[in-house]
Amino acid sequence: MKPGAVAIVGAAETTKLGLVPDMSQIQLHADAALNALADCGLTPKDIDGIACAAEWPTELAHYLGITPTWVDGTMVGGCSFMLHVRHAAAAIAEGLCTTVLITHGESGRSWVGSQAVGINQASLAGQFELPYGVLGAPTMFTIPVLRYMKDHGLTHEQLANVAVVQREWAGMNPRATHRDPITVQDVLASKLIAYPFHVLECCLVTDGGGALVLTSAERAKDFPTRPVYILGTGESVETPLISQMQDFSSSRAFRVSGTKAFAEAGITHADVDHLMIYDAFAHLPIYGLEDLGFVGKGEAGAFIWERNTAPGGRLPMNTNGGGLSYMHSGMYGMYALQESVRQLRGVAPAQVTGAKTSVCHGVGGMFGASGTIIMGNQLP
Amino acid sequence: MIGSPAMSMNPKTLPRPTPETRHFWEGTKQGELRLQQCDACAHVYFPPRPFCPECASRQVSVVRASGRATLYSYVINHRLPKWIDAPYAIAVVQLEEGPRMMTNILGVPQTPEALVLDMPLEVVFESVSADIALPKFRPARGGAR
Repeated sequence: MKPGAVAIVGAAETTKLGLVPDMSQIQLHADAALNALADCGLTPKDIDGIACAAEWPTELAHYLGITPTWVDGTMVGGCSFMLHVRHAAAAIAEGLCTTVLITHGESGRSWVGSQAVGINQASLAGQFELPYGVLGAPTMFTIPVLRYMKDHGLTHEQLANVAVVQREWAGMNPRATHRDPITVQDVLASKLIAYPFHVLECCLVTDGGGALVLTSAERAKDFPTRPVYILGTGESVETPLISQMQDFSSSRAFRVSGTKAFAEAGITHADVDHLMIYDAFAHLPIYGLEDLGFVGKGEAGAFIWERNTAPGGRLPMNTNGGGLSYMHSGMYGMYALQESVRQLRGVAPAQVTGAKTSVCHGVGGMFGASGTIIMGNQLP
Repeated sequence: MIGSPAMSMNPKTLPRPTPETRHFWEGTKQGELRLQQCDACAHVYFPPRPFCPECASRQVSVVRASGRATLYSYVINHRLPKWIDAPYAIAVVQLEEGPRMMTNILGVPQTPEALVLDMPLEVVFESVSADIALPKFRPARGGAR
């Protein structure tokens, strides 16, 4: 895909984030969608392409009154929205549709109008993981990290510090769920969830949503918002079984997705002003920094410790506070994308001065899937 | 706590064998840990499927594993389900033959001090229902198989 051929022209989150018990899941989709459409001066009738996960696109189309000519219901977990952006950019460039709405809404805390999805007992995960007492992401996503710690020397303090630095960013964001500063000692003294992970190293559980509107770069010029161009994209999947991940210190899906996105964008790591790495748990930014090639193997814990990703650092990362402190409704990818858009529009609460290029990297279904979107506010 | 994470199993977490995995679950009932090996490229693999994930050959054989393994990684779950009363480790072990599998570690306190990465382990079979015996692992006593 040609870098800069397609742009994000509309972007918004739900009116409220955090605890939203007065809205069902489909209404969170609609609330975010209406906000994003208002952001760029459109109505649902202007939309001819839709994508969403966790709700059927059919549900969304009916609810908003959209008759699409292009539909994407890709559901690979929390990075589904990165894949939607990638697919939408290709569809717009190919002429399958002109204006795509991507929505996310999740009643992750209040459970209004949402349905828990269990593991099928006859699936491979159901037969070979479920019987051993796995109970959701905190007991699965976390399993590789002790291996990483032994092989690469990551310390408990360095892992805890990921949450500390992100809380600093959250402190600058009025919409963040948790804003009070924390220390490494606070993290290590917090409740154990799944050793070695404490509650402050695990994501929040909240309600909310977000939506994006994409169109061709040519049409983007006519919109009231500052276009955020899609420069490069990548996606991949590896395995739904955390026990079968090839390398416990590195995600194959991260490497494939990241490499593809950088190659497509034709940029180097030195060109990146702002970075989002989906942080459902504190080890993910560590794996992400290494697998995307920002640092060498085993270096990410020290890189974060040395404040390179903190406010004032040379690679500002997870500037909204991340899934650990900002919000995490279950599938966080949409909120990471929203923060990249805000940074490139120059309107983020913790704005990175002069940010021109942002890398937004997502993960889904534990280390099962990945999507990477590189965006810029200038045409290449 | 010593020993099994005392799993009075929730029936909703029992494996439901399929035609492709039945040999594995027949094996555990008979005290055998069964893997598969490709007749064409010799790749040994798990979990079960009737073709080689390396070369896609359908000519594969069921092979009995030694039962020897090492502790590869784990977490100790402290957010307990109703049917389990103390923190327990969810582990991944590295089998001698190459594949890794998820399991629980028996016969050892469920603590970071007792659960040391790369410690030698051996398979034991825990009967959890009339139809299902789960492969679990304990510190090696030099036996297995």
